[in-house]
Amino acid sequence: MFEVRIHGRGGQGVVTAAELLSLAAFIEGLQAQAFPSFGSERMGAPVTAFCRVDGVPIRLREPIAEPNAVVVQDPTLLHHVDVFGGLRPEGFVLINSTRSLEELGLGELRERHPIERLLTVPASEIARTRLGRPIPNAALLGGLLALTGLLELDSLMRAIGERFPASAAEPNALAARDACQHVAGSLQRATHTAGRPPAEPAHEDLEQLRATGTDERESGARARGESARA
Amino acid sequence: MPSQLEGSQAVARTVARCRPEVVCAYPITPQTHIVEGLSRMVATGELAPCEFVNVESEFAAMSVAIGASAAGARAYTATASQGLLYMAEALFNASGLGLPIVMTLANRAIGAPINIWNDHSDSMALRDCGWIQLYAADNQEAADMHVQAFRLAEALSLPVMVCMDGFVLTHAFEPLEVPAQEQADEFLPPFAPRQALDPQDPVTIGAMVGPEAFTEVRYLAHAKQLEALDAIPALAREFEHSFGRASGGLLGAYRCEDARTVIVALGSVFGTLAELVDELRADGRAIGALAVKSFRPFPLAELRAALLRAHQVIVLERAFAVGVGGIVSADVHAALAGLNVPTHTVVAGLGGRAITRRSLRAMLGDAHAGRLPELSFLDLRADVVKRELARARGDGRPGPHAENILRDLGIVAAGPV
Repeated sequence: MFEVRIHGRGGQGVVTAAELLSLAAFIEGLQAQAFPSFGSERMGAPVTAFCRVDGVPIRLREPIAEPNAVVVQDPTLLHHVDVFGGLRPEGFVLINSTRSLEELGLGELRERHPIERLLTVPASEIARTRLGRPIPNAALLGGLLALTGLLELDSLMRAIGERFPASAAEPNALAARDACQHVAGSLQRATHTAGRPPAEPAHEDLEQLRATGTDERESGARARGESARA
Repeated sequence: MPSQLEGSQAVARTVARCRPEVVCAYPITPQTHIVEGLSRMVATGELAPCEFVNVESEFAAMSVAIGASAAGARAYTATASQGLLYMAEALFNASGLGLPIVMTLANRAIGAPINIWNDHSDSMALRDCGWIQLYAADNQEAADMHVQAFRLAEALSLPVMVCMDGFVLTHAFEPLEVPAQEQADEFLPPFAPRQALDPQDPVTIGAMVGPEAFTEVRYLAHAKQLEALDAIPALAREFEHSFGRASGGLLGAYRCEDARTVIVALGSVFGTLAELVDELRADGRAIGALAVKSFRPFPLAELRAALLRAHQVIVLERAFAVGVGGIVSADVHAALAGLNVPTHTVVAGLGGRAITRRSLRAMLGDAHAGRLPELSFLDLRADVVKRELARARGDGRPGPHAENILRDLGIVAAGPV
């Protein structure tokens, strides 16, 4: 299972981002579950959304406490919300910002997590260029795919096409592609500076996700249980 | 063909395949995305013939459903939380009159204090209103239960409430199948009302009944619910045969055969329980989970048979009866009468508090060690309660509990500190 937690504010498309990611995984034939943190919906309030991706049907209903990846749509949350809470040691972090991690005061993250898994991407700027509005969700997802190798960019672009009307789909898909390329470039530079070959971006679990038909759970016993016969 | 859909939209599309002729709703929180989706389908003509009636309250929504159903139309509505309470009087009328209305309940807490999140306080408050109550474990089952609910309601001439966890299911996107129209039509024939208001052939529905017959009419309601104990599993089998997937039924068992400890629960927590059962089984613990899918009627005999070999039963409840304890537990106790199986009630997930494997594991550790009390509250912050109780015993005007506790937790500045 690969678990993504997305932090942002009401109005930034946080819930839609989790939905899009689940739809892209679904398009690739994977199982996916997306759900928001449940709160009163209002503009500007902190919002969290979750997405699980797996090769087998997903039964868990608890919020994601130990994510494989954290996406921060709004860097002003960094000092209010424990966005990195429970992040796995090998976890990925993608922050929407024009600044570097050091400039954001997050340099110490590099001591705890592999540096090639921590990045910022100017998603709002990319969105502003493509959409005319700073809605960073699609761009960040494009960046996340480049960072993690979780899914193909093409699946995300198809998900965007299915989810949005044509007028919104195209600029969002382009924003996703731009951010994907931006992150791929950043990764190349980071590994070049580090003087070692690029690390395998994918989490080791990802290979397992794709190994379908390896459900070790009781055959035929689904999440909702076999009917108990008296 | 599966699609990746929000639970509410999946239910809306499935209900549309059931060809309701009247859908009524009061468009305000706590309404659901379900009727939003249905209203759109009526507006575009995708769902036709169907009349969408915007009403002025939940009481009116149920009243319109009653009128529509009594006139021979297939009627549907959805609500949640206080909305269900507001239609309470009409709910008893719908069941008392034997009208086969189907309603989705997106389970949510009841205030005060105001809380929009999930628990089962709403449906449990109305558990004895004479409606059949079904509880879905996931969104596929929630959708599928609606197809079965219309069949069941119309076969028995009784209303059916399909309960699905608000937010946890209604707002979750997951892959599922919406029945194709031909498939739904084959399973669910057009509504043939057992009673109908017809100006050409006038009848009275809802006459006054005095002491000479009231007991008999009420007993009939009970007898018909007991018939549902046979009808529900029969429909689930037929559904599985037609649709190729298991959904509904009275109970759902997961690895219960040789389980020493069985956790009994309603609704969406069952998925988390199944996951936990697998983890604990891998550690060598003989544990299983049992879903109660039909809470009204309550499958006493089936539950007894399913728990016969258990050494310990834990009933995990998302609501409770203040002043007593478990609600579902009372019925489980009745089912297990004379068996001498230690039974514990664990109240969990109130007002949207997440039920996590970590907390469930700790609770099961206590149960294993014989430390689990008869009634407990998962993740209850005893220190917070103790402090507020001490304050309440103090002199003067200690103020409202909810606001005091929020202030203690530093969550909001509720009034002067």
